[in-house]
Amino acid sequence: MNIFVFVKRVPDTESKIRINHETNSIDEEGLKFVLNPYDEYAMEEALRIREAKGGKVTVLSVGTEESTVVLKKCLAMGADEAVLIKEDTPELYDGLRTAKIIAHAMKTKFADYNLLLFGKQAVGADNAQVPVMVAALLGLPQINVVTKLEIEGNTAVAHREIEGASEKVNTPLPAVISAQKGLNEPRYETLKGIMMAKRKEIPVLTLQNLGLDESSLVSQLELVKLESPSARQAGTVIEDEPETAAKRMVEFLRNEAKVV
Amino acid sequence: MILVYIEVREGKVKKASLEVLSEAKRRANELGQEVFAVLVGHGLESLAPKVSQYGAKKVIALDNPLLSSYSPSGYAHALAWLCQELAPEVIFFTATSMGKDLAPRLAAQLGVSLASDCIQTAVKDGNLEVKRPIYAGKAFATFRFKSSPIMATLRPNVFPLGTPVDGQGDAEKRDVAVPEDQVRDRVDEVFKEEGAELDVTEAEIIVSGGRGLKGPENFDVLRELTGILPHSAVGASRSAVDAGWIDHQHQVGQTGKTVSPNLYMAFGISGAIQHLAGMSSSKVIVAVNKDAEAPIFKVADFGIVGDLFQVLPPLKEELKKVLSE
Ligand SMILES: Cc1cc2nc3c(=O)[nH]c(=O)nc-3n(C[C@H](O)[C@H](O)[C@H](O)COP(=O)(O)OP(=O)(O)OC[C@H]3O[C@@H](n4cnc5c(N)ncnc54)[C@H](O)[C@@H]3O)c2cc1C
Ligand SMILES: Cc1cc2nc3c(=O)[nH]c(=O)nc-3n(C[C@H](O)[C@H](O)[C@H](O)COP(=O)(O)OP(=O)(O)OC[C@H]3O[C@@H](n4cnc5c(N)ncnc54)[C@H](O)[C@@H]3O)c2cc1C
Repeated sequence: MNIFVFVKRVPDTESKIRINHETNSIDEEGLKFVLNPYDEYAMEEALRIREAKGGKVTVLSVGTEESTVVLKKCLAMGADEAVLIKEDTPELYDGLRTAKIIAHAMKTKFADYNLLLFGKQAVGADNAQVPVMVAALLGLPQINVVTKLEIEGNTAVAHREIEGASEKVNTPLPAVISAQKGLNEPRYETLKGIMMAKRKEIPVLTLQNLGLDESSLVSQLELVKLESPSARQAGTVIEDEPETAAKRMVEFLRNEAKVV
Repeated sequence: MILVYIEVREGKVKKASLEVLSEAKRRANELGQEVFAVLVGHGLESLAPKVSQYGAKKVIALDNPLLSSYSPSGYAHALAWLCQELAPEVIFFTATSMGKDLAPRLAAQLGVSLASDCIQTAVKDGNLEVKRPIYAGKAFATFRFKSSPIMATLRPNVFPLGTPVDGQGDAEKRDVAVPEDQVRDRVDEVFKEEGAELDVTEAEIIVSGGRGLKGPENFDVLRELTGILPHSAVGASRSAVDAGWIDHQHQVGQTGKTVSPNLYMAFGISGAIQHLAGMSSSKVIVAVNKDAEAPIFKVADFGIVGDLFQVLPPLKEELKKVLSE
């Protein structure tokens, strides 16, 4: 089983997001970056499949030199190989660009694969686009937002989450699967893993190496404006006898907010 | 033309799709364009009259027995075929689980970018602009498009539903060819979650519980409230989900669901930044927490400092009273 896991370096969910209005971009200073939480589930699942069926797990990230840190984390968790595709342009929130780069790399450099595992969404741009777009560009079947996965022979059997229910899908490999919370509990890196990851070389590919022409990647989205959410006004907070307090809350809901 | 994908689940048109159709109609009027709606599946043409009530000039039902159950590849294949012929200027989807699964696939097939989960659309100088949250709502980005067709998914529960008017448009059933190898990711079976009437992303009122609830059995008390409040659903913080008190389908927040109901009621939830990210676009927020310093009170329109176990029973009685009036 030849498994690829796609991971992104993203701002920690604790981060306060500040906008730099001069450059019309997010101010990265002081932000802490981590492995995208959903990609941890994808990573864990890949390791479990390898443990059960044998094979190899390769992690791949598109990003700046700094993405090496998240690749090292994946190596420390147990990935066999890691690859960085270097992307130095500033982020522009366009999923298609990343998907094109990944699909092109798979076609030209890593054509031998059985399973492509993604997180369902990268926190940050929050697009939830890349996995499905890669599937479309490679002509592969997809199962998105997966909470349960079994590999039986050459078939993936997965449950994907929908509103108030789950859908069971059976699809032949190779396929694209994206991981949702609930799929598994990601393991921690071991000390031995961390030591090994330190020594491991991470090959770097550039867009030129891949024979990708910048003109085929130009974003079709134009960012017009970035703004902060209008801060919510704190409302009335009361402390009273439970009956009185409950009564006042219902009065508020009915007469002022008019929502019940 | 603006083309709107109409989602059908269990033979019914999703309300979120009608919201998108209503929004498409408003923008189409400004742009001087028409709105077409498209359904994909098998034997869905009977739903067309309901859809055309919301302003679709034409409702097209793409039909093939292979599409009777959902498959992202098959549905995207059928839609790509239609897009080639209609050459729409704009394509809108709902940002539901189906829309999020299908729209990126179609976008990549058409070779265009996609704006996900938009909460506002506008026409400026003759151009369509969309606004969408990034960093889980900690910032908002407004985009214009340099490509055609423009593609976007629109968040449910945000766009107002238009007033239905009978007999507006035509309906047309079209058989579409779908190769067998395009439905490899077809859904085999759907498992409904026990007792789940409404998903939190679809609810108008969310009654949410956190670690302050102390145990799974107390979610039943919240369910009593959703039992009396119309169009409501139970939500939860990640702590409650991680403790195993409730399924993660109910989790609201940055790594759960983003919701914008008319009313969000938080019981025993502290209001961590990741939780607020998922619910602070709710229209009205109320909270009950015994800690007066809890950050949830910074976003609540009305808050009670107190023990939720003492407040819930009279709250339920008061709600019952006003709802029966
Ligand atoms: C350094 C950098 C520079 C960029 N520059 C541009 C630019 O100039 N113009 C432009 O239009 N876009 C650019 N992008 C792309 C864009 O900003 C987003 O990264 C892209 O839209 C992915 O969207 P998302 O993060 O919402 O991913 P989602 O679609 O939400 O991600 C879902 C899953 O896809 C996988 N994935 C996503 N991104 C990556 C990645 N980078 N590497 C590996 N796997 C990934 C992960 O498994 C993730 O969980 C750049 C991205 C990066 C990282
Ligand atoms: C990567 C990452 C992603 C995350 N994503 C999410 C997410 O999507 N959603 C999410 O919710 N969290 C998320 N979190 C977790 C978040 O940081 C908080 O830990 C979590 O939201 C806290 O849940 P809580 O408010 O239920 O619990 P606590 O913070 O423990 O708060 C419990 C509250 O209950 C109150 N209380 C206790 N007893 C009573 C009583 N009898 N009456 C009234 N009040 C009472 C207490 O005063 C307290 O304020 C994430 C964290 C990380 C690191």
